[in-house]
Amino acid sequence: MREATQETRATRRLAPAAVPWLLSLPALLLFAAVLVIPLIMTILLSFHDWSQYGGIKPVLILKNWREIWSDPYYAEMFLRTFRIAALVTLVTALVGAPEAYILNRMRPPWRGLFVLVLLGPLLISVVARTLGWALLFGGRTGVVNAALINLHLIASPIPFMFTETGIVVALVHVLMPFMVLAVWTALQRLDPQIENAAASLGAGHLTILRRVILPQVVPGMLSGGIIVFALAASAFATPAIIGGRRLKVAATLAYDEFLNTLNWPLGAAVAVLLLVVLVAIVVTANRLTERRYAEVLG
Amino acid sequence: MSFLQLDQLTKRYGDQVAVDRLTLSVQQGEFVSLLGPSGCGKTTTLQMVAGFVAPSAGAIALAGRDLIAVKPSRRGLGVVFQSYALFPHMTAAQNVAFGLEMQGVGRAERDKRVADALALVGLAGLADRHPRRLSGGQQQRVALARALVIRPHMLLLDEPLSNLDAKLREEMQIELRAIQRTVGTTTILVTHDQAEAMALSDRIVIMNQGRVEQIAAPQEAYERPATAFVASFLGKTNELAGSAAGEGGDAIVSIGPARWICPRAPSGPILAAVRPEKIAFAAPAADRLDGVVRTRIFQGNHWLYRVATSAGEVFVIRQNAGDAMPAEGDTVALVWRAEDMTVRSA
Repeated sequence: MREATQETRATRRLAPAAVPWLLSLPALLLFAAVLVIPLIMTILLSFHDWSQYGGIKPVLILKNWREIWSDPYYAEMFLRTFRIAALVTLVTALVGAPEAYILNRMRPPWRGLFVLVLLGPLLISVVARTLGWALLFGGRTGVVNAALINLHLIASPIPFMFTETGIVVALVHVLMPFMVLAVWTALQRLDPQIENAAASLGAGHLTILRRVILPQVVPGMLSGGIIVFALAASAFATPAIIGGRRLKVAATLAYDEFLNTLNWPLGAAVAVLLLVVLVAIVVTANRLTERRYAEVLG
Repeated sequence: MSFLQLDQLTKRYGDQVAVDRLTLSVQQGEFVSLLGPSGCGKTTTLQMVAGFVAPSAGAIALAGRDLIAVKPSRRGLGVVFQSYALFPHMTAAQNVAFGLEMQGVGRAERDKRVADALALVGLAGLADRHPRRLSGGQQQRVALARALVIRPHMLLLDEPLSNLDAKLREEMQIELRAIQRTVGTTTILVTHDQAEAMALSDRIVIMNQGRVEQIAAPQEAYERPATAFVASFLGKTNELAGSAAGEGGDAIVSIGPARWICPRAPSGPILAAVRPEKIAFAAPAADRLDGVVRTRIFQGNHWLYRVATSAGEVFVIRQNAGDAMPAEGDTVALVWRAEDMTVRSA
């Protein structure tokens, strides 16, 4: 009895509002140490000065930001990054939504097999996967190009390496699972009788897909699209291998500034700008999606 | 000439027979229920009529026309699903309008018919709500309006009321019956709820393990169950062991010390089925079946008794008429009329 009272008192001494904070303190500390502090340091770094011979000077100036703003080289770089991300998102949506629909209608043994095929690219190292694409399409000796040339179907190899198309194809390959799984989740929430209901009202297959199924999976396509867009815009390894130095995107640009030019402050500014634009796009898209579909799909 | 004719309709899944040679004819304007426990094949039968499941054998004809060759979208049947299967991205009015759009009905007529259908089910004010913002009962009404607005040849209802609470279900039963009478659409209802089937139907098809046990009007099926399954599935029933001896046209049925004269009773050991509400209490006597009241449960408008007799345990239901009733532990005699008893060989 007395023990219970003491325990109650001990609990009461800690203000009830403090308990959740204390309990999540270890996680918060880890979060601060590995994310918040490095992020703040990167933001500060983007305002520092740098010169070829003097190295980094810890001052707060707008030199790097002004350079990014005024030099069209950077505008081109960011435009390319988001053009690639948008194309990748579009292609994954156009291919992934039907793919998810077919997957959803498959019977158990086949469904598991094809999910594995779908997840395949995620299970293979990015280097092996991308070099695989290079082996298929790279230059005159790539398997597909060599075959097509020997069959006299094409005169010169289809360009793949160092092209935006190449980057888009390789990114679509690896990011497809995120779109398919998002759409699949939306499909699984559908009433299993809804297609029968539409059919009994006189709708044919295509009408059912267009008027009944598609409107209900659009939220899934949008949330999958947000993930794919964010991952494509910030992707590094795939554009680095296929685009190389010749066709840079924001992520490979930041990498080059850090490790080749050794201009850390400029690299930091590029990285921070990429992050800010990406967060802005993702948050806006998410909010629009939620507002548009909250009423309908709860 | 019947309106809907099912002939030897069969559905097999591998070795399992879901529906076994079901033959049924439904008249125009009739309300028929398929009643049975879960897994008895009633929903499969409905889905074969709707065209969602292809029969393994047998024929379906609607107004003399073969229905099996017709695609579900061309059958012109209104279906209400257990889950309602409303289109969540459309408002109530858009849901109801969908079937008319598919038929190519013009805008003005469509709007009018949608408004009429929603008014018929009492939802005139909620046309612009999405299904998520409607209660279960309201969603049910939208589903019914959506099925009726296309002026279907037949209305197929698959457990439409089973997701509603008891009170709402009773209200909807009355309303559903009234709407069906008003519109006059031939209707097939699938249900596992015997009270629902009896309240709504002109005829009941009682099914068990894919087979038809009995097709009859509700009262006839209840009073004259064709099989032991029907007797036990429709309402409560007591089965009492006894014996019968033939004597001219009639037989004398003995259960314990009690005797009844029954026409058409088989000789030898028998089982007699008696409904609990047909049994009355009486003063114990030498030629009456007596027993001891084990439990009595008060259920508002009636009492439910469990009485231990020499012929086995007997359930008795007595109206709560305000009279003094036997208490637990009392010895009572049980009496019923010969015509309230169904006798079969044991």
